[in-house]
Amino acid sequence: MTGNDATAEAMRQIAPDVVTCFPITPQTELMHKFAEHVADGDVDTELVLVESEHSAMSAAVGAAAAGARAMTATAANGLALMWEIVYIAASYRLPIVMPVVNRALSGPINIHCDHSDTMGCRDTGWIQLYSENAQEAYDNTLQALRIAEHPDVLLPVMVTFDGFILSHTAEILEGLEDAEVKDWIGTYEAKYSILNTDDPVTIGPLDLQDYYFEHKRQQVEGMRHAPDVIREIGRAYGELCGRSYDLFEAYRLEDAELAVVALGSTCGTTKVVVDELREQGVKAGLLKIRSFRPFPEAEIAEALGNAKAIGVLDRSISFGAPGGPVHKEIKAALYGTGHEIGIVNYIYGLGGRDMSMNDIKTAFAGLEKVAREGTPDDNIRFLGLRGEGGV
Amino acid sequence: MPGLKQLAEREELMAGGHRACAGCLPMTAMRQILLTAGKDTVSGCSTGCVEVVTTIYPYTAWRNPFIHSAFENSAATMSGVEAAYRSLRRQGRIDKEINFIAMGGDGGTYDIGLQALSGAMERGHNMLYICYDNEAYMNTGIQRSSGTPKGTATSTTPAGKIRQGKKEFPKPLTDIMIAHRIPYVAQATPGYPKDLSDKVEKALSIEGPAFMNILTPCTRGWRYPMEESMDIARLAVDTCFWPIYEVEHGRFKVTRKPKDKRPVSEWLERQGRFSHLFKDKNRHIIDEIQEDTDRNWEWLLKREELTQA
Repeated sequence: MTGNDATAEAMRQIAPDVVTCFPITPQTELMHKFAEHVADGDVDTELVLVESEHSAMSAAVGAAAAGARAMTATAANGLALMWEIVYIAASYRLPIVMPVVNRALSGPINIHCDHSDTMGCRDTGWIQLYSENAQEAYDNTLQALRIAEHPDVLLPVMVTFDGFILSHTAEILEGLEDAEVKDWIGTYEAKYSILNTDDPVTIGPLDLQDYYFEHKRQQVEGMRHAPDVIREIGRAYGELCGRSYDLFEAYRLEDAELAVVALGSTCGTTKVVVDELREQGVKAGLLKIRSFRPFPEAEIAEALGNAKAIGVLDRSISFGAPGGPVHKEIKAALYGTGHEIGIVNYIYGLGGRDMSMNDIKTAFAGLEKVAREGTPDDNIRFLGLRGEGGV
Repeated sequence: MPGLKQLAEREELMAGGHRACAGCLPMTAMRQILLTAGKDTVSGCSTGCVEVVTTIYPYTAWRNPFIHSAFENSAATMSGVEAAYRSLRRQGRIDKEINFIAMGGDGGTYDIGLQALSGAMERGHNMLYICYDNEAYMNTGIQRSSGTPKGTATSTTPAGKIRQGKKEFPKPLTDIMIAHRIPYVAQATPGYPKDLSDKVEKALSIEGPAFMNILTPCTRGWRYPMEESMDIARLAVDTCFWPIYEVEHGRFKVTRKPKDKRPVSEWLERQGRFSHLFKDKNRHIIDEIQEDTDRNWEWLLKREELTQA
């Protein structure tokens, strides 16, 4: 199955009460597939085919406020258009699950993969789970529902997977049985529902100087509980089907001297490169981030503690900032740990530029020098870029 | 259809003590709407005066369920609520009949929320959308909207040395909603409360989407003494500036035809926002408003004649 098919399959098995949707490449086939399930009566979902992504998220907010399980899916500009309501969904503590098929943000317009869309909304208050392959997109979607609805969390979750690279390429999927999924997700009873006219609530009031701050602090608390919940659900999922999940994956990292940090489909390619380098006697390793929000900084710092050089791969730019979003988090995580580790940021793959094994080898080769000499002045590099600044 | 006396005896769903200005007709409209709709009603509103004055946390004036999300998405939000209701009802998880009313001011409806409104009506959600039209962005300080009448002085179209208020006629929003061919569209005003209440009741009883545009004078933005709100609302109807009518499955019915149609200047002269129009050099703008009003009124009567035949 493709990443889109796998995610649509997870959605079929979840059979949300309400799905809202507006088409955008490369998410379209996910919704085509789900719409077929609706048309065939495989699911009894109310499919609301809205006139924009802004309305897709708005209607999802309305549905979730009514106590329904609500989902939507989008990419890039679609995510950007719903931005305002993405924040609102999180602040209303609505457990909406949204697959995001990563695509470069305009402009210039481009339909291919990078992470500028979801990285741009890393501070919206959503949990973000990144997927390495279609299997993970499927598994993450099933786990996302439980994470979002957990009473200690109650936050919306984005499940991301790389546009075209994962959304449109087929791989073998190990799916759960429908009955297993039904048991796994159980039923959801919202604490408050806008449909309860006997015990009416007001949702979304005006919150001024005397309460807004406290409510934002409560959102922090939900996010603070999330790491334990994500781990607990990842373990339970492993017991169910043999595929356990954690906040991140350490691949041959324990004794690694040269470590690459990445997320998304590039992690698969990086694992192959790590294996090759290991055969050549290079102590290479990978830290694959699954949960970027919440960001498990202490655990990541510990996992990277033995490295002599770290290369952080970013598939998006944070203009004017000291490096890409992942790079900044890794540096912040290592601050104060006492480890003086050389760090280089490799910005790569923007607008779907291919990330080959050779590119990743180039990154590791660069790290050997960093291990000897420490963080260089040119610590932000553009991997696979033609012309000035490219490596 | 309940009479005013019966309405007055019903449970009050809009609590007193909210923060609206004295003489605020949007809030009078809300009260009339809720008394008609009853407690099994989910209401929602876009960002604006009504939302602001009724929901300052930790208080709420809504004794029925209420949701606010953002400025441009009242219709989209309520379409999600209504879709959830349909789903849960089909699953047997809820069995009550519930009304769904999404609302927005003219800014949230004529302008920034028009797309979401059009989408929700086209999709056929069983909900009533109500625009409480006070003819400008009042909550942010009286800026012009596309529903603001020609010649109006607002904060962004002030009467100055070379410009004399808003240049354009208002967008014909009610006509745009009629063109959506939804089952029910109406104009009303709380100045004629029985008419408003009857229309809300009818709109809620009809299966499918309904739209009402309710003229709600604003004492601050229109600049008239607060105790005159109801008079100003009625005069808008009696001058035919704001005809009250309904379009049910395509058939027009004018629900009030003034016996003595007053010149529109009688309505304009009572409002400070039009005072500059009464200078000699601007009188032609009043003439233009009168001509436009007459043309609209004649066209409305013609459509009634055509569709009632």
